Amino acid sequence: MTQANFDEMLLGPDQVRDPYKVYSEWFHSEDLKQLRRKSQDAEAFFRRIGITFNVYGQAEADERLIPFDIVPRIIAAREWARLERGIEQRVRAVNAFLHDIYHRQEILRAGRIPAEIIAGNEAFLPEMIGVNPPGGVYTHIVGVDLVRTGPDEFFVLEDNVRTPSGVSYMLENRETMLQMFPELFTQLNVRPVSAYPQKLRKSLCDTAPEGSPNSKPVLAVLTPGIHNSAYFEHAFLADQMGAELVESADLQVVDGRIAMRTTQGYQPIDVLYRRVDDEYLDPLTFNPDSLLGVPGIMDVYRAGNITLANAPGTGIADDKALYSYMPEIIEFYTGEQAILKNVPTWRCSEPEALSHVLANLKDLVVKEVHGSGGYGMLVGPAASKRELADFEKKLRAKPANYIAQPTLALSTVPILAKEGLAPRHVDLRPFVLVSPNRIDITPGGLTRVALKKGSLVVNSSQGGGTKDTWVLGD
Amino acid sequence: MMLGKTAGGLFWMFRYLERAENTARLLEAGWHMALTRSANGESEWRSIVTTAGMNVAYEERHDEYTSQNVINFLLRDKANPSSVISTIQAARSNARLVRTALSSEVWEATNECWMTLKEALARPITARNLHDILASIRFRTSVVRGALHGTMLRNDIFSFARLGTFIERADNTARILDVKYYVLLPSAAFVGTSVDNAQWEVILRSVSAERSFRWLHAGETSPLGIAEFLILDARMPRSLAFCCGQIGEHLAQLEKEYALRHDSQAQAGRICDRISSCTINSIFQDGLHEFLGEMIRDITCLSGTIEKDFRFYG
Repeated sequence: MTQANFDEMLLGPDQVRDPYKVYSEWFHSEDLKQLRRKSQDAEAFFRRIGITFNVYGQAEADERLIPFDIVPRIIAAREWARLERGIEQRVRAVNAFLHDIYHRQEILRAGRIPAEIIAGNEAFLPEMIGVNPPGGVYTHIVGVDLVRTGPDEFFVLEDNVRTPSGVSYMLENRETMLQMFPELFTQLNVRPVSAYPQKLRKSLCDTAPEGSPNSKPVLAVLTPGIHNSAYFEHAFLADQMGAELVESADLQVVDGRIAMRTTQGYQPIDVLYRRVDDEYLDPLTFNPDSLLGVPGIMDVYRAGNITLANAPGTGIADDKALYSYMPEIIEFYTGEQAILKNVPTWRCSEPEALSHVLANLKDLVVKEVHGSGGYGMLVGPAASKRELADFEKKLRAKPANYIAQPTLALSTVPILAKEGLAPRHVDLRPFVLVSPNRIDITPGGLTRVALKKGSLVVNSSQGGGTKDTWVLGD
Repeated sequence: MMLGKTAGGLFWMFRYLERAENTARLLEAGWHMALTRSANGESEWRSIVTTAGMNVAYEERHDEYTSQNVINFLLRDKANPSSVISTIQAARSNARLVRTALSSEVWEATNECWMTLKEALARPITARNLHDILASIRFRTSVVRGALHGTMLRNDIFSFARLGTFIERADNTARILDVKYYVLLPSAAFVGTSVDNAQWEVILRSVSAERSFRWLHAGETSPLGIAEFLILDARMPRSLAFCCGQIGEHLAQLEKEYALRHDSQAQAGRICDRISSCTINSIFQDGLHEFLGEMIRDITCLSGTIEKDFRFYG
């Protein structure tokens, strides 16, 4: 399988793909030692500005860096244009689906997806039924996870429509590359990503509720606090947008609005970009033990007096049980075929699919329907006989709990390794902003790379790193 | 518009930075004294810990006041919340909390200060490297201050940062004087002996004022002169008069910016009036120790009022 991998830079030993031609020439004229030194400089730079993530349950010593690789991932204008169309189509369909599923549920009436998938799903919030989010937007921010297997073969792995993270790395990676290799940016027409925070601000404020006492929309970012693993990103985005960074203790309901405690009293907030999960958002409505949310915020929301981004209840659209129905969902709401493919998925709830999965377990990836972050997952080709046997038992006991997918031959992009350039597997998370009349996709995104040779796991907790992603202009 | 939490974070960030710097100064003075062997080591190290207000915690951990123990306790003991490592850590935590209110220069200087000192203080301090470490603490905290002055808007953010600095500094100067007030008293037993000369030197050194004092007083050192310099001389940036003047100015700035007068402004006004109505003779007449005790209490009280007025916590 490894021979069949598509490398995004090299077709053969001396055959460089078009988007990488200029870079390849530049690279081979550079001194390897010098490049390695630059790579170390980059690490020191990240530490100094504090782009770190916290590891849960560990002391201050454990603010870790996500390793950064200095070889960019380069995407041609034509390739990007197609991705952009596909992502936009998908995000549009997701928002239409969310509106429908929390209102008339036409898609269930039409029998295009089974009703029990929604009814028994924890990600479906009955509190959202009949609620109209300000501006009609459910998913203000989306981070679609894509993988690639060939020149034109992109697959959507996950839609990430709850609270996608990682955009600060997209921005800081670019900042770092601009500082280290300014000459490359003069030779190549790399589309900028730096406007993201301003666009985010505008797009959020465009969904501000009506009837606010503020003359201009007041925006705040809600973080669980400085111990959260993504605190850096929360502070970074608030800073870049010129918004307040608030925690639960700063907020309360005042005169039917969410207000923050300032040095001069309580100030109403119009738009809250919350980086707190649905479950913790309101102890009066959801988890009563939550200290991260605001008691009563759901009432304020339902009364239309605050915008929450993303809206509560969007998780139903990126639930794994629903994922396999995305092609139908896209067709139902847009009348078009899906431009971006889904990874073929067997729903183990269906007897035929189950027997196929059981017969081919060693070649498949099996995931829990409601799991996330790679927990409770079986990677067939990497599993021992024992693990396969154990998993088979679980599958037979509760088939509806699982879906299965083939292991994809993920594309590779070179990293700077000891011996020079060496191919490693990557994925891609572009960031999408949705406002009432526009969908904006930042050209680029977060490329995650499995730094270990042969590894397919790009998660930062398991040896993954990041790269800057360059989308070339025409 | 600023969150109450942010105001509190800024205030404490700069209080902690100031405290780290003051501890470094205290140790510098103590070390100098130990080197010149001009006083009883044990009692000198004890009074340094007293000035830092940490006797109880110290005595829980150590039996004797030795240079090695005191230095390590005040610089790198994480169980001591006033040690330099603890205060720098606290300053940086507060900086993370208020990061959106800081310029990137101030944040990076604070983060680098923490990274450098964390590494420098990871191993026990010896006579050999003490000087370098104290210099590094002074240098790193100065870079943060420099970034603050050079890159921050002069608005409420700046005012809260400065209020934290001057509240801490005023408290520190008052404590240094109070711990040593007896060597400044015109009691016959000490006058003219080398002991009190060395003690006066320690006081001046612990506020980095030995040179400026000599320069202003043509080399003539007297206890009255030192007390006057550190309490009433508004040219001296660590004197009570200077610190309280700055506190008053920044509170007045906030009053103007928010168009609202609070209790803290009235309280600061009373402290300033008190200082300007005193002469050094009247202070000695009414009791130096009593005066300093009241100052310390008033400053602590003012700090609490600021916290309430500007809604740091609720």
